[in-house]
Amino acid sequence: MADAILDVREISVDYLTRGSPARAVDHVSFELRPGEFLGIVGESGCGKSTLLFAIAQLLSPPAQITGGEVIFKGTNMVELREKALRAIRWRDYSVVMQSAMNALNPVKTIGAQYADAMRAHQKISKDAILERSREVFALVGIDPVHLRSFPHQLSGGMRQRAMIAMALLFSPDLIVMDEPTSALDVVAQRALMVQIKELQRELGFAIIFVTHDMSLVSHFSDRLAVMYAGRFAELGPTREVFASPMHPYTVGLFDAFPSVNGPKVYIGGIPGAPPDLAALPGGCSFAPRCPRAMALCTGGEPEFYQVAERRVRCFRHGPEGGDGD
Amino acid sequence: MKYVLRRLGFFVVTLWACLTINFLLPRLMPGNPAIAMMARFHGRVNGTVLKALEIAFGVNSSQSEISQYFGYLKNTLTGNFGVSLTFFPETVTQVVRSAILWTLGLVGVTTVLAFALGTLIGMVSGWRRGGKLDSLLPPIFVITSAFPYFFVALISLLLFSITWHWFPSGFGYNNTDTIAFNWAFISDVLWHAVLPALTILVTSIGGWILTMRNNMITTLAEDYIRMARAKGLSPLRVMFDYAGRNAILPNLTGFGMSLGFVVSGAILVEYVFSYPGLGYMLLDGVQNEDFALMQTLFLLITVAVLVAILAVDFVTLALDPRTRTES
Amino acid sequence: MSTGVIGFRRPRLDRLKAGATGNLARAIGGNRKALVGLIVLAIFVLLALFPGVLAHDNPNAEIYKRSAGPSAAHLFGTTSYGQDIFSQWVFGTRESLVIAVVAGGLATVLSVIIGVSAAYRGGFADGVLSLFTDVFLVIPAFPLVVIIAAYSKNGGNTILIAVLVVTGWSYGARQLRSQALSLRSRDFLVAARVRGERTWRIIVFEILPTMTSLIVANFLGAAVYAVLAAAGLQFIGLGNPDSMSWGTMLFWAENNEALQAGSPLWAIAPGIGIALLGGAFSLLNYAFDEIANPALRPVRQARRERG
Repeated sequence: MADAILDVREISVDYLTRGSPARAVDHVSFELRPGEFLGIVGESGCGKSTLLFAIAQLLSPPAQITGGEVIFKGTNMVELREKALRAIRWRDYSVVMQSAMNALNPVKTIGAQYADAMRAHQKISKDAILERSREVFALVGIDPVHLRSFPHQLSGGMRQRAMIAMALLFSPDLIVMDEPTSALDVVAQRALMVQIKELQRELGFAIIFVTHDMSLVSHFSDRLAVMYAGRFAELGPTREVFASPMHPYTVGLFDAFPSVNGPKVYIGGIPGAPPDLAALPGGCSFAPRCPRAMALCTGGEPEFYQVAERRVRCFRHGPEGGDGD
Repeated sequence: MKYVLRRLGFFVVTLWACLTINFLLPRLMPGNPAIAMMARFHGRVNGTVLKALEIAFGVNSSQSEISQYFGYLKNTLTGNFGVSLTFFPETVTQVVRSAILWTLGLVGVTTVLAFALGTLIGMVSGWRRGGKLDSLLPPIFVITSAFPYFFVALISLLLFSITWHWFPSGFGYNNTDTIAFNWAFISDVLWHAVLPALTILVTSIGGWILTMRNNMITTLAEDYIRMARAKGLSPLRVMFDYAGRNAILPNLTGFGMSLGFVVSGAILVEYVFSYPGLGYMLLDGVQNEDFALMQTLFLLITVAVLVAILAVDFVTLALDPRTRTES
Repeated sequence: MSTGVIGFRRPRLDRLKAGATGNLARAIGGNRKALVGLIVLAIFVLLALFPGVLAHDNPNAEIYKRSAGPSAAHLFGTTSYGQDIFSQWVFGTRESLVIAVVAGGLATVLSVIIGVSAAYRGGFADGVLSLFTDVFLVIPAFPLVVIIAAYSKNGGNTILIAVLVVTGWSYGARQLRSQALSLRSRDFLVAARVRGERTWRIIVFEILPTMTSLIVANFLGAAVYAVLAAAGLQFIGLGNPDSMSWGTMLFWAENNEALQAGSPLWAIAPGIGIALLGGAFSLLNYAFDEIANPALRPVRQARRERG
């Protein structure tokens, strides 16, 4: 991709525990275009949040990036020193987290936290701070009087929107979001997604959106990545992945969702449990649970094969397997 | 507002508990030990004072227990504490008045200093997990905080006073001086205060450092710290404004709770150094079975602790906006 | 044995206990501070049980040269009454240790009863018990202890222990109450209530095993308090001056101006004993903090692979 704003190359993240390290993210690579909405879905523990924080350079011990590069607007962020990193933080890319109640400092007003972010990057007058704060509040539809409120004084939905507004302070090119809707009720979830999509259309930033809620994100994302045991199982345009999932794991995931107005069908789950990341089985990591496993699957690890617009990590869709039936 | 009222209410309840303990104790002990004390007063003390003492200790009083109780409460709340046996014929009030300043100066100042320093060191130590500061200090202070206050006092007395003659071996000031507000006197006071102050500082600071360090570590795992990093804030600001300000809150409550310990240690330190504060008076009173003095000092020390806790509560109110809106 | 609920619960309790003890043992073994504390404690326990092994003289016998300095015959020298200090120190271990363990243990029992009951009962009972706890917590323990001891001048060690327990239980009660509160709404407790378990059974068999590490930590903290407070009381003469413990050694040393008179070991030896015993309990306590809260454990860093 020539005009990629983000180029993640073979990024690996290990959790260094007392015993052997657990590999949470295993040589993941992908690219992101400006203004693109990429959704990353998967079960709990598949490594999607870890991947997100690795990209944003926000990991903390015992998690550590143990390999790969994250090239954002031409610079490899993994190699950047803390000071240089701090300069581009929030200005070029920002972060939205799951729970605003936990992500906002409980002892400072919203306005003060906005001011902190702005003052960290430039000399700016109090009036300018106030003006910009009101602007972003207006973007998400919050009354500016709440700049003087503390986080616990706002409702859940308002807090979440305040957090998103904070992410927009410098009109960044990329916003990474870690399950920002999981803490809300269904109605608020949808409202928030609609608002995010509108903001994206207005301001043109790219989004990486991590969630376990496939149905929600698939209505809004341009591309969808399905993650399993620290790797991408499938990656492609959302509509296609949704209409005709290729990886058996993706198939299983979609089968697990009941349709509201379709006929009553038997809901299949995916038998078994995700593997222990410190002791992965040899061969394809999904093989033990895969309904379509072949002898080949326990022998070696499948590559991320390219199939038209998509990539699939499955022997069945590679040159050696049969052709996805 | 509810918060303030609740704290004031607690203050009153505890005060009442103290007074009741003072009232009950001599009566609960077999053969009311106060009887012996009262015998020594007889004939040497005037009517009202004698009456007050009789009511307080339940000796020779013709009144019923209940009216004794209320009489005692009334006397105490109006400041009629009786006469001191140790410093006869001074009233307890007079004795206490002179002692209170010494204790406030020594213990009060040192405790606040220990808390402030300890919290600061603990904050930095927790921030730089595994750094030089962190691997060195906490284990050292775990050990030093187990040293009994009076032992540290004895050792420092031995070393710095008896062996090396750097500091005086006791009292608040040289008895040959006149008490005046000039530099000569003040510097003498300070010189006498160094050893006791250092003792209290060294033994109490360990606890603050450790709790603040642990609080910091727990706080640093919070999402808003990660968010602060994500915003590109300078490490100093994150440490103080985001982590420190939140980590200190449980420490403040802990400050109030542990004041009891600090006071206990301070009493023994005063004893070892013959420092003329409330604690020294208390122990002096014990040697002389001066129950009137002891009772009042117990009350006073408790009130001092309660006031300090109340002050801490107000500080918490100022620092933690969540306590202001109790929904 | 009926096959009702009792039969059901037994295996779970055993597993919990075994799991808890097994984990505990492993965790202690792996923690350096815990090991040091445990070793020091073990040494003291041995001294307490078999004092005659190390100290050959009768600690009370006033037969030696007075105020002698340390020598081969008298490792720590002699007191101004002619007693062997080393013997006194070794024999004194027993009493100091016993006071620490008994007072600490009883205080912990009281803490558990009051703290957990308050949390479990909730409502008005909780309000009253909590207020009671907080009042006792705030009232400065040592002045209270001094006054009670002063009134009961010749009570000996029983009064001493009683007084320590009365002033030492409140801190633990508060801690245990807040942990019990957080457990109260957990699913396995709701299930027990729905099963129709009686309150005390739930408390003893479901709640307490989960709180083991906090209870042990509380005991250690109470033991430290007991060691220090007992020493303080004995030091100022409120204990039993005829007993043989480190605190009383300090008392007699101070009374005879040991420091100034040139036999400082008379005061220093028991002081160090107290510090070491308190320190051992303290280290174990600190280690327990780390065991109970994994976030506090030491962290490893690692190297990055290239490419």
